[in-house]
Amino acid sequence: MAETKEKSLSDEKPKPRVRPIVRLGIFLISHSFHVSVVCCTAGVLALFLLPVLAKNTYISENALMPGSASPMLSNQHVSDGNRLVKDLTNPNSKSSETGIESHKIIAQYMLDLGAEVSFHKFHPQMNQFHPLHFFSSPDSGKIQENYSCSSYGINTVGIIRAPRGDGKEAIVLVTPYNALKSGFGEALSLGIAYSVFSLLTQVTWLAKDIIWLVADSQYGEYAAVAAWLREYQTPKFSSLSAPNAEMCPDVNNLFELKGHSISGSKFSNSFRRAGTMAAALVLKVRDQNEQFEDTISIYAEASNGQMPNLDLINVVNYLAVHRQGLRVNVEKLWSLLNSSWLKSLGEIFESLAKVAKSLYPKWKFGIPATEYVEGTATLASSLYYQALGVPTGPHGAFRDYQVDAITLEISPKFSLDKVWRNDILLRGGRLIEGVIRSVNNLLEKFHQSFFLYLLTSPSKFVSVGVYMIAFALLIAPLPMVAASLYVDANSSSKRSKGDSSTPSAITDTDEHSIAIRSWSPTTSFMIWVLLSILSLLTLNSVLASPLACAKATQEKEWALVKSVTISSVFIGLGLMSVINFATAEIGALLMVPMCLLAQPLKLDVRAGTLRSFCRMICNLVLGHIAFPPAAFFLLKGMLDGFGNANVGDFWMWVESLWAWNSATYLFIGMVQLPCWVLCISILFHTC
Amino acid sequence: MVLLQRPHILLLLIGTHQFLQCWIAFGSVNEEGQKQEEFSEELLLKTLPDHKLLAHFHFQSSAPPSTSNGCHHHLFPKAISQLVQKFRIKEMELSFTQGRWNYESWGGFDPKSSSNAKPAGVELWAVFDVPQHHIDASWKNLTHTLSGLFCASINFLESTATYSTPEWSFPPASGNVRYGTLPCEAVCTENLSPWLKLLPCRDKAGIALLLDRPSLYRGFYHSQQLHLTSTGSSSEGIDSGIILEQTLTVVLQPNSEMAIEVHASEKHIQPSWSLSSIFGKQVSGRCVLAKSSSVYLLLDRGLSAANGLTSENFWSNPSFELSANPDRIFLEESSSHSKSLSILYMFQVEKYCESEPFDIGLMWKVPLAWFCQQTPLHASSANSKDGSCELRVDVFQVVPWYVKVYFHSLRVFVDQQPRAVSDIIEKIHVSPSKDKCLLGFLRIDEYPPDANQGFDIPSAIISFPNFHASMVFLEDDSLNKSPLLSKFQEKCPVMPYTEVLLVPLTTPDFSMPYNVITITCTVFALYFGSLLNVLQRRVAEEERFLKAKAAKKTGRLPLLLSKLSAKLRGRRLEPLHSPPSSSSFINSKLVLKVILVAGLAVGWQYFFS
Repeated sequence: MAETKEKSLSDEKPKPRVRPIVRLGIFLISHSFHVSVVCCTAGVLALFLLPVLAKNTYISENALMPGSASPMLSNQHVSDGNRLVKDLTNPNSKSSETGIESHKIIAQYMLDLGAEVSFHKFHPQMNQFHPLHFFSSPDSGKIQENYSCSSYGINTVGIIRAPRGDGKEAIVLVTPYNALKSGFGEALSLGIAYSVFSLLTQVTWLAKDIIWLVADSQYGEYAAVAAWLREYQTPKFSSLSAPNAEMCPDVNNLFELKGHSISGSKFSNSFRRAGTMAAALVLKVRDQNEQFEDTISIYAEASNGQMPNLDLINVVNYLAVHRQGLRVNVEKLWSLLNSSWLKSLGEIFESLAKVAKSLYPKWKFGIPATEYVEGTATLASSLYYQALGVPTGPHGAFRDYQVDAITLEISPKFSLDKVWRNDILLRGGRLIEGVIRSVNNLLEKFHQSFFLYLLTSPSKFVSVGVYMIAFALLIAPLPMVAASLYVDANSSSKRSKGDSSTPSAITDTDEHSIAIRSWSPTTSFMIWVLLSILSLLTLNSVLASPLACAKATQEKEWALVKSVTISSVFIGLGLMSVINFATAEIGALLMVPMCLLAQPLKLDVRAGTLRSFCRMICNLVLGHIAFPPAAFFLLKGMLDGFGNANVGDFWMWVESLWAWNSATYLFIGMVQLPCWVLCISILFHTC
Repeated sequence: MVLLQRPHILLLLIGTHQFLQCWIAFGSVNEEGQKQEEFSEELLLKTLPDHKLLAHFHFQSSAPPSTSNGCHHHLFPKAISQLVQKFRIKEMELSFTQGRWNYESWGGFDPKSSSNAKPAGVELWAVFDVPQHHIDASWKNLTHTLSGLFCASINFLESTATYSTPEWSFPPASGNVRYGTLPCEAVCTENLSPWLKLLPCRDKAGIALLLDRPSLYRGFYHSQQLHLTSTGSSSEGIDSGIILEQTLTVVLQPNSEMAIEVHASEKHIQPSWSLSSIFGKQVSGRCVLAKSSSVYLLLDRGLSAANGLTSENFWSNPSFELSANPDRIFLEESSSHSKSLSILYMFQVEKYCESEPFDIGLMWKVPLAWFCQQTPLHASSANSKDGSCELRVDVFQVVPWYVKVYFHSLRVFVDQQPRAVSDIIEKIHVSPSKDKCLLGFLRIDEYPPDANQGFDIPSAIISFPNFHASMVFLEDDSLNKSPLLSKFQEKCPVMPYTEVLLVPLTTPDFSMPYNVITITCTVFALYFGSLLNVLQRRVAEEERFLKAKAAKKTGRLPLLLSKLSAKLRGRRLEPLHSPPSSSSFINSKLVLKVILVAGLAVGWQYFFS
């Protein structure tokens, strides 16, 4: 496009027949300023319109049939579950230091039901950064050698074989449980799972096997589930387990005791498997709660913004709301709920919708302002947690193996009497039973509904086709602006192209400075800043010397640099939107205005008009905001108040991104920081 | 032929109400001449350790080799004999199975389980008596015939992804075997009905009367098999004798409605059962066409050991009570390595009639726990004599061509210790797919109907060639040996099956063809439209016409529009007096009219609502 433009400008008399698409391109490039203003505004506006455009969820897969069967969970099963809760909260069971006693109790209960039981011993694995393992399953080939006896966890696994099923598929139910310091909530979640489990051993409709995993959460819930999954998916026949068991007498003891049991035929030391996992549910009960209603929170975000199929959330939402009378909520940014500007924005949309409706009654796109505010808060948190790329619960481990999974956290209204406990056991159990029954009905795996969506409420979603528009509008002007800048710079002075060696150099400095750890977050953050500035300056003086010496001839050099910056931002954002859309969206919000506005401050000062003054102010503000740490502080300050914002927090945040293999880390290091540095160098360009 | 023809005619003359007697009389007439077609029905019952009951129906019909009969049979199903003759089948086995055989608690080494545990879905293997190059063709025809006969989609077995030629790892191995499975085939009553049609009495009389569909399909395991063996000289093909064994194995839960409120104290006592409580029906006499009709009750070695039963005191058992007195009791021939013996109680159905139906019940008095015999993998250490324990294991698996198996990644662990592959494995034979190879993606017709479920990898067969399961019972007379007992005494190979594996492969969006069609049609329409437009346009004349037309009118709006369109076209705006070239397609009047009407509509709407 740029070439054609150049051609068309070089000879004044245009050829009579230029193709319309080329003409359109030239038109857009020559009006890139207006186009970019319009597109950016439209993009931001479209983002704020998303809660209005959200559609109601619907169950897409007909085979699920949620709630079509009346729940079979009876008071008998609830009292069974209650028995387990009592036994677990009994102070006698906590006498053992390692918490093995409670694992034994759980295993014994499972055995009594006739399930196959096995223990899975695991060692918490150190996190390692795999830069390009975005969607592939974690490799299990590496076997770490030096395990110490002291640090291991024990998962208790119970499996019900479907009486008439063929054992090809399985449904997983996970309850995290820390035997050492378990709260009442964890015991209650085990009680719920047990009551469902005891029902499922008797039912005849089961077509898929049921696996109940009691994940030992003393090293974190995620680590336990991930270790079990690793073992499940990749068989390990190594001899590791035998010598380890000898070294650690505790475990041996555990295994032996179980072997004696009269129905011990169902207990096995080896790792037990069932078929391919169809879905997984992680069940938690929150300990303390101030709410006046039984609520259930759904956590769905897995690593790198992957979401489970929307149908799974729909089924849970449908059953919880319409069958069990629980309130469902998904995570939202609470501080956004009170913001007045959002409320007024919602009111504007509402009144607009009213006018539109009065014009034509079938235009019903408006939602009440309060709903809009809530939707925006939910959307923002949905966007943020997807962008973070860190799973919001143990369900994230399943998504790495392409298994749809969500975490359900039941927070009951607080009360201690027995009636209440039975009630929560019954309702929670019936909900889990209903979900399992629905998944059990599935012939194929979840594929009907959406995988790419943002939730604005538990029953409303924005699909990929809608939210892509905002992003596309934001990044659409980038190539045009880049082209027009390039053309302008070339036409005014047909000199050498700008040096593009800077970005790569900057990337390098970012990469190796991360290696500094083991200091306190604040100091390491400071060290990182100092080191990067130092290396940047040296590199700038060494490599970018033509930039300094040839300034007389290159008046428009900054335009070339800007063009390069913009195109690299465009490429980076485009790539990132494929890997993790939410990151790209937030990155585009931060970087696109800055890149588009960047102009040397010197020029603005020289010009001295009001317009250039405004631009200068904007540039300075945006230049601060787009710096990732600054953006982080601003966001954190806005959400939690500026009082408790700490310099080290950013370091911790980045470290957690690193530990969870988030692609956002790569994005910040390889796209956002380099481009920010380029923009800053444009701002301070000496022209 | 003449001699044979006469009784038939005679039979027709006598009439239908005396059909059976007449037929039997006819049978006795010919008895001295040649062997007769026979049918026998038997039922084996066995209590399983996990409170379940195994019922094994065994129906055997045999047609002797005869040149004289031609294609006429009295008892033997004609469809089967035609099948055998047409495809020259030496041996064939077809099984429909639902559920999983639980090797751990139901046993894996006794003759029953090793021949009746089948993988879920349909399994078919056949040995042909035709030249090598005809085998595949007859296999395909056979699958189609069987699928018609049994109302199942056995015809999918003709695709090369589902069947294979076992060379040596499958026990009835020879070059003429074809073996195939369909793991995802659902089994239901509609497969059972044609199977029952092959019985001379169907399910109207005899033991088959027990086959009550709801109680059968309520079971935990259900396997319906058909085994064909053709004996006799194979060269002519016509006069080969055929033995057809039809077996149905079900594992049922006695009094399942009681099982729910069983408490921990009563959990260890076995549930009592009777035929009428399990099947909801009773046997009101034998099938008159059957040579023998009997019901057996088998007590395992493990059970009789737990029971304290020995060869002396098996009459007075302390732990259970039988509701009917057995007619005969068979004891297993004692072998060296096991102290306890299996006991077989036999009940003859012939004695019972409509007024006094046959029913057998078992009442447990003492809680018992025992184990079934496992596969030799668990019992192998006892078999070693000189310390070096050697066990030959054959593994045979058909893997569809779209799943790649990398043999270099094969690792062998013995007692959890890694071993070199070459030390352990003697022979690996891979017969690669001959007609298909993986090109990176599958064609749309290669996906199964519900592709999003995943692809089934059929179960592997693990066979132990050095082990044979057999149970030899002490018998006083070998004259009227029942087929089931002789089946017990045969050395049948031990072949456990692994579970079916489901591989979720990536599947394309199957609405894609529709999208592609739509897009292609759109592109074609655009192409042809523009082509026609170009072909029929006369450029010069048109321009002249437009100039003439536009010279007449100038206004504010058209000027603006022409400016815009000129910019769009990349031309400079021509001076005002020269006619704008673009007003041809933007008629100002029309635009004004449209805006006026829209404004009126909006106003109207706003005003009235």
